[in-house]
Formats: sequence, structure tokens, C-alpha cells
Amino acid sequence: MPRLTLTINNRSVSARRGESILSAARRSGSDIPTLCNLGGLIPAGACRVCLVEVAGYPRPVPACATRAEQGMVVTTDTERLTAARRMIVELLLAERNHSCAVCVMNQHCQLQDLAARLGIDHVRFAFISPLAGVDISHERFGIDHNRCILCRRCVRVCDEIEGAHTWDVDGRGAASRIICDLAQPWGTSATCTGCGKCVQACPTGALFEKDAPTKKATIDMERLSEWRRSRK
Amino acid sequence: MTRPRLATVWLSGCSGCHMSLLNLHGDLLGVLEQCDLVYSPLADIKEYPHGVDIVLVEGAVANEDNREMAGIIRRRSACVVSLGDCAVNGNVSALRNPSGLAATLGRVYGEAPPGHDVAQLLPRAVPLHQVIGVDAFLPGCPPAPERIRRLLTCLLQGQPAGLPPEMISFG
Amino acid sequence: MKTPEPKNEKPTVCGGGLKISVCLGSPCLASGAEGVLRALREAWGEKPIAVIGTGCMGPCSRGPMIRIERDGYPTAYYERMTPQAACTTVAAYLAGAAPEQGRLAPDFPFIALQTRVVLEQCGRIDPCDLNSARAAGGYRALAHAIGKMTPEQICCEIGASGLRGRGGGGYPTGTKWELVRAASGRRKYVVANGDEGDPGAFMDRTLMESDPHRLLEGMAIAGYAVGARDGFIFVRGEYPLAAQRLGAAIVDAGKAGLLGRNILGSGFSFRIRLRIGAGAFVCGEETALMASVMGRRGQPVIRPPYPAQRGLWGSSTLINNVETFGCIAPIIRNGAAWFRSVGTPGNSGTKVFSISGDVATEGVLEVPLGTPLRELLAMAGGVSGGSFKAAQTGGASGGCIPASHMDVPVDYESLKGLGTIMGSGGLIVMNDQRCMTDVARFFMHFCQDESCGKCAPCRTGTQQAARLLDRIAAGEATSDDISQLEQLCRFMRETSLCGLGMAAPTPVLSTLRWFREEYENHVRDRRCPAGVCAMEGTPCRD
Repeated sequence: MPRLTLTINNRSVSARRGESILSAARRSGSDIPTLCNLGGLIPAGACRVCLVEVAGYPRPVPACATRAEQGMVVTTDTERLTAARRMIVELLLAERNHSCAVCVMNQHCQLQDLAARLGIDHVRFAFISPLAGVDISHERFGIDHNRCILCRRCVRVCDEIEGAHTWDVDGRGAASRIICDLAQPWGTSATCTGCGKCVQACPTGALFEKDAPTKKATIDMERLSEWRRSRK
Repeated sequence: MTRPRLATVWLSGCSGCHMSLLNLHGDLLGVLEQCDLVYSPLADIKEYPHGVDIVLVEGAVANEDNREMAGIIRRRSACVVSLGDCAVNGNVSALRNPSGLAATLGRVYGEAPPGHDVAQLLPRAVPLHQVIGVDAFLPGCPPAPERIRRLLTCLLQGQPAGLPPEMISFG
Repeated sequence: MKTPEPKNEKPTVCGGGLKISVCLGSPCLASGAEGVLRALREAWGEKPIAVIGTGCMGPCSRGPMIRIERDGYPTAYYERMTPQAACTTVAAYLAGAAPEQGRLAPDFPFIALQTRVVLEQCGRIDPCDLNSARAAGGYRALAHAIGKMTPEQICCEIGASGLRGRGGGGYPTGTKWELVRAASGRRKYVVANGDEGDPGAFMDRTLMESDPHRLLEGMAIAGYAVGARDGFIFVRGEYPLAAQRLGAAIVDAGKAGLLGRNILGSGFSFRIRLRIGAGAFVCGEETALMASVMGRRGQPVIRPPYPAQRGLWGSSTLINNVETFGCIAPIIRNGAAWFRSVGTPGNSGTKVFSISGDVATEGVLEVPLGTPLRELLAMAGGVSGGSFKAAQTGGASGGCIPASHMDVPVDYESLKGLGTIMGSGGLIVMNDQRCMTDVARFFMHFCQDESCGKCAPCRTGTQQAARLLDRIAAGEATSDDISQLEQLCRFMRETSLCGLGMAAPTPVLSTLRWFREEYENHVRDRRCPAGVCAMEGTPCRD
């Protein structure tokens, strides 16, 4: 397999051709924080938490969706990047209603963890507090839009791995909302297979299992994608 | 040498943060040896005194009384600390915000809204730092006793509130 | 909208030598041009006068516009015509007079000082009549290109002309064409971006409504040059007339063998299809536009890969702005050297601007690149209602130019140096009655509404920035809010996924750069100097 060499945080790192900066960095011990990224899914580059600086690039680029190139010089932890990551997480916390204390994912939430990791002890922005709605019409699962950060991991896992494409996004901007089929109650969905991958993929408490209201089981998305590849 | 003057205040919260403070058990005595507790729901003092060095504020600012108190706290205290998630980001006290004040009052009181003997609710419950300047934050619902102890130890020794990152988290 | 039928049923040459053109662009139609056309036709249905409906003549705010040409007389433009006034005017002409009432001065700067290259036939030909377009030279460049030139030569010629993308980015068009031409792959596509979404921008609408064949011709030449057989025009849903005229033009050109299979017997085939937008500003962003063309949700994806590498259905795709395609036929006809002789080095050719706001005449202007802003303003008759305060270029993605820089040459680099962008060509002029924080607030709310919601910085950042600007306008803000706003805007510019989010903060940063004291008046003195913001709020912080 062709290989290439790049520099990440002053260390020389070898990468496969086509490999993302994120993957190369993690292998070399530089852990870049992520949120919308999930191994095995096509990267969306939407949350912008994994932004890194590449010498010669005018703007930071998402490590999940940018390929490592020969000779690239990457920095993953500058002051500017840390400030940007903090800003993103604070903005997400202010956008909907993230009350960790009353959330099923308290202590297991990737948004909560990320805030802690970035040392966020308060949010500088006004809380928008929208009335975002909850759908518990499904027999086993529920979706609480108040806790949704619109990372679209559910949309992608359902489309790319389960192949059902039950989830999608309705509206735009602040009005964006994850919808089931054509904005129908989840319980009436004709396409949902009930596999629960979306629940497992959700980084927050937005998608939850009704009978297991504490910790979610996690599945290995890498293996799921291997399975998908082998099926092809 | 005069000892630092410590106050603790209970705004709109469940008092869980104060419980967590009490859960320091024996360590609480050690903390209290280093300071004078000049105001607290745990002590019978009617008026918030002047010249407070450090104040731990629990709870969100949800009603007119809270807002007035917040102003007094800021004017009379050197270092204001938001203690716990309600003070830091509204948390449970702010769960009513999406529904709006009228819907909340209607749901709770029905046809008969509360009279003037109950503090008038603000349109939204907001974090303390959106009302007054805040010098340090300790999130958590409630913050673990150990975290409160570490924070107080720093502040009482005149150091900035530098908790290690693993001791800072919501929820 | 009722369908106007400007088909020219009368002979174009007539006994009286009198030719009357009635503008049937959207602005003139909105002010009653259809009635004017009907009245003229009814009054002189049998008389030897040519009454034709054309596209835009330029001074849109003075519509309905008509033009009267008569042998031995200077061409005259009449503004604000009613059916009755138009008939009276024409009757006077027939009697040998040229009435003053409503007539624009012969040297009316808005018309006389334009350099029309892209819009050369707008307002002259009947946009619904292929013969009218062909008589004016339409499709000659296409015939020449596919008959006498190789694709390499065309890309080379476009490159040598120095033409740059007119959608605002200013990327060299020839380079883009060459990239797509050289790309491998069996299928390639050509896309025209007609999703002109910026507030205050209506240049592309003017071209699409007034000379649709110009766009089709440019696209067909592009298709031949890059090796594509299929083209799409993406027209925003708010432009029904443009879509209708383009649709008819595609059919007419197809019937005449100028589009479709085996164009002009050359063996080259090129089909153009229309795609109508569903009302999303973000679809002006090329990756979102392509998603929409493919029937997907119109939201951007990460570049690279660029469309030239991987565009529609994974194939190499050439995507240019409508106006860029409008430049192609003149370049092929007159040569790269001629195009370079217009404008300034590095900024060759002309640019179409839609000028609106506090000016005496609003409308569409085409001038050589590098024309000073002051001249553009003079052409529009100067500022109305007060003295000049600022001009916003580039719409919601652009910034403002203050009075101290009125002599800036309007080209890509000079505007960038002032912290704004050329953008697609919308130019909004503001007088001293306007509040700049209110302007910034308007644009931020616009971007908040138009954010696609995919990336976190744009979706959440525009919401918070709009709130901060609301606080400033309400007199509730503190100086911390200004610094937070500034910080947030810089953050969005650096971290957003697509151009919308990166450019959304530009109006704020630009007004902060030139008019910071106005922000401070709102915050420190709780006063809006221009008296626009209501200032009803009270400070809520201690």
C-alpha cells in the first residue's frame, strides 16, 4: 500500500494514501477532539470541532474530512484552535436545552465530555431555549430534539450502514430538525427497521432507548462498516 | 491577621449544592477554621453584610428577589463564585424557559396565579453571570464535595480558582 | 404572474421608420409595462410602426421605460410611462415632434456612460424571439467556436482574456475551464449559477430575462470547450419570468439546431435543462447548488474535491455564474486582446452592477472593471435624501465602503483591501439617515434565516450574533457585547464550512471597522445617531 509522510505536531507521521489527517494523527498519539465524526461513516465535517491548522492553508481544515498529503505540516492544538473548539461547544450548549442533570446520558455524553475536556465551566452566550419537542411514539426508542446537536450521525448511520434512510433533516438554520421519514412520528415509520443504530450513534441524549434510560451500549462502527464493505 | 469573610447564598436552586458543601463533613470544619462565615442559609443572619471576600452562589436568577439579591452580592463582595449548574447555566431552574412564563404559571397555578407574597418570576431563569459579573465558576449538579473543597482552599489562600480540568464538568 | 407576450408580430421595418421598444423586464412589468405595450399595439395595430417588447434598458426605478427610434432623430428614452402618456408621446412623434414630457436627457448618464458588453443586447432585442437575438449577432460566436476552434484554443482564449468569475470569487475562468477540459471521465457537465440570492442583486435576472440566448450560447461554447454534453441552469425560484424566458429560449434554440443534437451540423451535441431553486440562499454556493440540481437537500459539502474534480453525479463539472457565461460570446467574437483592453490589468472586461438604495436612479449598470465608485454613483444620479454615508457591495456576504474611500476603483483586489468583496455586483447606496448597526443587524438576520444549518459555527453563530445585534439596537448591550460580537464574527469567518458562514460576519466586521463609533453610541450613550433603532430597552446588567 502506498504510504506518505507528513508532520503532525512536530512529529513525523506515516499515513496511507487517502487516509484522513484525523486517523493519522490519532495513530501517532495526537488525539484531536471530534463530535460529528464516527468511524465507519462518511465524514461530514459539520461540527468543526476537529479543525486543525495546515501550514500554507488560509483557514483551519476539518481533520476528519481532509486527506493527509505528502509533506503536510499539521498542528492540532494551537491557542486559536482551542479557542475555536471552546466557542463551538459553548454555542452548541446555548443552542438548545442541554441540562445534564436531567439527561439520560449524564456522565456518558460526548458533548458533556468534550465541554469538560476543553475546560468549559460556563457558557458566555445567551441560552436560546427553544421548545424543540420530543417524539416517544416508537415502541422502544425516543428522540428528544432539545438535546440534539444536529451532528447527523443518526442520519448517516441509518443511510450508510443500515441502508434505511429513515432519518433526514427538515428546515434550515436554527429551524433544522431531525425528522423521521417525511416528518412523521417515529412510531409510524414504514422504513425504520428498529435496529437502534441511530441510538447508539447519537453522541448526546437526543436519541435514547426507553427501557435503558442510563448508559447506552456502544457498538463498533468500524466493524459495521467493514461488514458493509464486505457485503458490497 | 483577619480571616477572609465567606458567604454562601441560595437563589433559585434545590439547595443540593449546599448539601454537597455539608457533605464535606469533617473537612467543613477545616474550611471554616480558615474563614469567617458571615452569611449563609446555614446560619441565621438576616442581612447580606458588606465587605464579603468570597461568596458561593447557588441557583439561577429566576425571580425579582434573586435579581435584587444578585445586585447586592455583587456590590458587597470581592469574589463571586457561581456554584453548581443552576447558577452556571440555569439547569433545572431554567427548564421552564422554553415553555414561557405564562404557560409555566398556568400549568402550576391554573386559574389562580400567585399573589404578591410570592416573589415575581422573571420571564426567564438565567445564569448568574448574565445578571452580574462572576469571578469563578464551579459547575456540577451538584458539584462534588471534593471539588468545592479544592475551590475554597484555593480562594481562601488568595489564589485564583484553578481547578484541574478533570474536576470541571456539567451534570 | 401573468405571462407577457412580447412576441414581435409587426414588421420591424416600417414606413414611418418609427420603432418603439417597451421594456418588459420584471421591474418595468411591475410598474405597468404590459399595459403600455398593449395600449401602443392597440393604438397602432395597423399603422406602419414597430412596437416591440424588449428586456431591461437599465434605469429600473424609472419604469416603465420606452425607447423611441426614428430615422433622422436621436434615440429617445421616456421614463415612467402610462398607457396614455405612451400613446400621446408616440402620436406626437408621428406628428413630427419629440415631446419633452418624460424624456430623459440625451446624455442621461445612467444610459450614456455605460459600457455594455454582457448586456449589449439587453433592451434592444426581443428576449422571446430567437430571430431577434440572431439578427443582433446571437450564436455567431458559437458557430465560430465549434466550426473554427479547438476546445484547447477556446480555453486558451478565455484564459488569455483575463476573465474572472463574476459570481464574486474572481477565480480565473480560463483556468477553471482548462481544469474541466483536462479532467478525465466519460461525462462532464456545465452548470450556470443563476441563484442570485444577495439582497440588492439583480444583474443576473436582468441578463436571463432580457437576453436568455446570450447565456445559452456561452454555456454551449463552454460545453464544447470542456467536452460536456449536458448543461444545467439553476435559476432561483423567485425569478419565474427568467425561468419562463429561458425555458422558451431553450426550446427555440433546440428547434433551430443551435442546441441539442448535432449543433449546426458539427457533430457536437449539447443539451441544456433548467432547474428551479426552492428558495434557499445557500444554493448560490456551488456545492449546495449541485446537490439541489441532483435532487438532494441543498446544502454544501466540503471542498476539496472541487466541482472540477468531482461535481454532478461524481463527474467533473464546470460551474460559472450567469454573467460569466454572458462574457463568453463577446470574447470569442472580438478576441481576448479586445476584452483585456476593457477594464484594468488583472481585472479585464466589464462588470454589471445593480445599484439601489438612496440614489436618484436605481437600476442595472455595466461599466469597465476599475471604474471608481464615485463615477458609479454619479451615473446613478448621485445620492438621494441626504449625503453619502456608505455603499454595501456583495450583499449579505460583503461589506461597506465609507465616504472616505469613494474613489476606490471597483475591482476585486481594491474592494478586498477595504474589507469587502466584489460579490456578484449588488451595490446598495446608503445616505446619512441610515444606521450602520441596523444594516449589520439586517444582514445577520438574513444569514441566520438562510444558514443551511449543517455546520455548527454558521448555524449557531448567526443566531447568537443576531441576538447581540438585537441587544445593541435595543439599547441593552454592554461594551462586552461588542467585543463578544467581534470575537464571534472572527470565529465564524475562520471555522464555517462554506462561503455563506465564512462571509456572514463580513457586514458586521466591515461596519465595525468603519463605523465603530456608531456601535459605541448605541452601547455607551444608548442612542442611535441616525434615529433608526428604537432603543426601547433598558440595561439589564448592573
